[in-house]
Amino acid sequence: MSKGEIVMGALAPHPPHLVYAENPPQNEATSEGGWEELRWGYERLRDSLSEKDYDVIIIHTPHWATFVGTHFLGVEKFKSLSVDPIFPNIFRYNYDLKVDVELSKAIHDSAAEEGLLVKMMENPDFRIDYGTITSGHLVNPKWDKPIVCISSNRSKFYFNSELMQANMIKLGEATRKAVEASGKKALLLSSNSLSHRHFTTEPEIPEDMSKEHITNHNQYLWDMKMINLMKEGKTREMIDLMPDFTEQTVAETEAGCLTWLMSALGFPDYKATVHAYGTVIGTGNAIIGWDPKKAKI
Amino acid sequence: MREDNVCKGVLVPGLPHPLLCPEKNEGWQRVRDAYEKAKVEIEESGAEILVLYSTFWPSILGHQIQAYPEPEWTYVDEEFHDLGSIDYKFRMDPEFAELAVTKCKDRGLHARTVSYYGFPIDTGSIVALKLLNPDNKLPAIIVSSNMYANRAESIVLGKSIRDAIDESGKKAAVVVVSALSNRLHTVEIDPKDDRIHSLKDHEWNSKFLEYLEKGRLEDVSQLSRQFHNEARVPKVVSFKPFWIMASIMGQNNLYDGNVLAYEPICGTGAAVVTLTPAEDTAGDLEYDEDDPEFYKGDREVLDFYDQPGMGPLEERDGN
Repeated sequence: MSKGEIVMGALAPHPPHLVYAENPPQNEATSEGGWEELRWGYERLRDSLSEKDYDVIIIHTPHWATFVGTHFLGVEKFKSLSVDPIFPNIFRYNYDLKVDVELSKAIHDSAAEEGLLVKMMENPDFRIDYGTITSGHLVNPKWDKPIVCISSNRSKFYFNSELMQANMIKLGEATRKAVEASGKKALLLSSNSLSHRHFTTEPEIPEDMSKEHITNHNQYLWDMKMINLMKEGKTREMIDLMPDFTEQTVAETEAGCLTWLMSALGFPDYKATVHAYGTVIGTGNAIIGWDPKKAKI
Repeated sequence: MREDNVCKGVLVPGLPHPLLCPEKNEGWQRVRDAYEKAKVEIEESGAEILVLYSTFWPSILGHQIQAYPEPEWTYVDEEFHDLGSIDYKFRMDPEFAELAVTKCKDRGLHARTVSYYGFPIDTGSIVALKLLNPDNKLPAIIVSSNMYANRAESIVLGKSIRDAIDESGKKAAVVVVSALSNRLHTVEIDPKDDRIHSLKDHEWNSKFLEYLEKGRLEDVSQLSRQFHNEARVPKVVSFKPFWIMASIMGQNNLYDGNVLAYEPICGTGAAVVTLTPAEDTAGDLEYDEDDPEFYKGDREVLDFYDQPGMGPLEERDGN
């Protein structure tokens, strides 16, 4: 068996607004569009993936929050309706997806060897979180690849950002080892926004773009700081700044997804490709790809 | 007993263990038994509707109120999925939910009903409704917990719901679904070894329960900021359930308190407490925080030039 590899990693945020704006048949709510900058960014990310050969998508999601360890989906198929508890007016999505349980279990076991507390989720009635579904849809709307879904352990709340990051670095290493041992080619997604202070009201027409902007300038400056570090290939510095960034902008990086991704990719020192930056109800969202082949050029 | 449209207040915890596996721990069974006693108290109170406020249902866009007439699903908790699935079918009161939203808007709040098939009702609400209202004898509404709301907004939310109760003419039981201390064990434990996560958490829980047993609801409400700092993992900005409960029930200390159970569930402080309006119990208030009537939006200290109520400060400053 040949050695498996991570063919690409991406920051792939999950505002359900982006699915709503595209009007896919799976979503019951319909719109007049909106958030084009980000949606076109996802188009560019999909284009960059079109030449890649990969077997599985591994998603680390903030919206499956666990407090006792990190959990992994352990059932082969899920088919149900996902209704967003925050934005039910725009996201009611009928999903039908497959899970690569073998790889899921392999990452679980690899993480356990790293000393992390882990658990398989084997209840077939479990409902998949909308973060996983949104990122999964926007990267692969055909859903023709199985996924591995990893919960976000909220050790940041119970301890601090530094401990969360230490655990996510271990989880990233465990993920890379398991992928390499599996012989499979994997796409990794960090399903999170950057700055994350929302507006607390919504326009009458949710897609009214005249109302969309960053919540405050502080968030914008921090988002740009982090994105520029990614563009320059300074991902270790970016991770070092993460606790301050998370604190200052109530960033969704608190869930550990981006730290996990950077660790799994071996802390890229090559330039990331920024496909888009935009806001959704005031939060900062970037779509960014890391292609390990660039490291070899 | 004092005559009041809100004839009962109930605090219950929301983790699924008392519903799904009470037999695994004697304390979890005692919480389950306490739920049963609270159910009987509600039945005997003459309540015609249950008003739930669940800290397990976060909202961002203002305040959401469940209004789907008969929500039905097979639910699995995202943390405790190995305990099994929960089939549920509940009875909501859409008309009352709409009235509550109207009253929220009258007081300046951003609020809306949610009425969608398949909406993910939260673990806490499911556990509370399954155990307190198993046959759906009473219709209910569920009110979300806005993650950014602080005291003023929460007090106004409670008053808005009280307005709806008074206008409807219905007798209501108010149920808040929340742990006291909320620090979970972050490792797997044998159920028989469950305990409150720390002595400090236990001491603060005990202090709150001492007050509640004396009927001092408003005093507990006004101590909520302190409790949040001392005994809560700060996943949200503040500890709101007693702000909501007190502002719905009347912001006083005139209750008969009944602590039916206090036990650890996975490290958290799980209490079942009932409050019944009384003529005179604990007497005067001990604390004196502000008592807002209307919500006028976030007071943005950094963006104050844009606040319409403050006017163009440059002109005032004579520039």
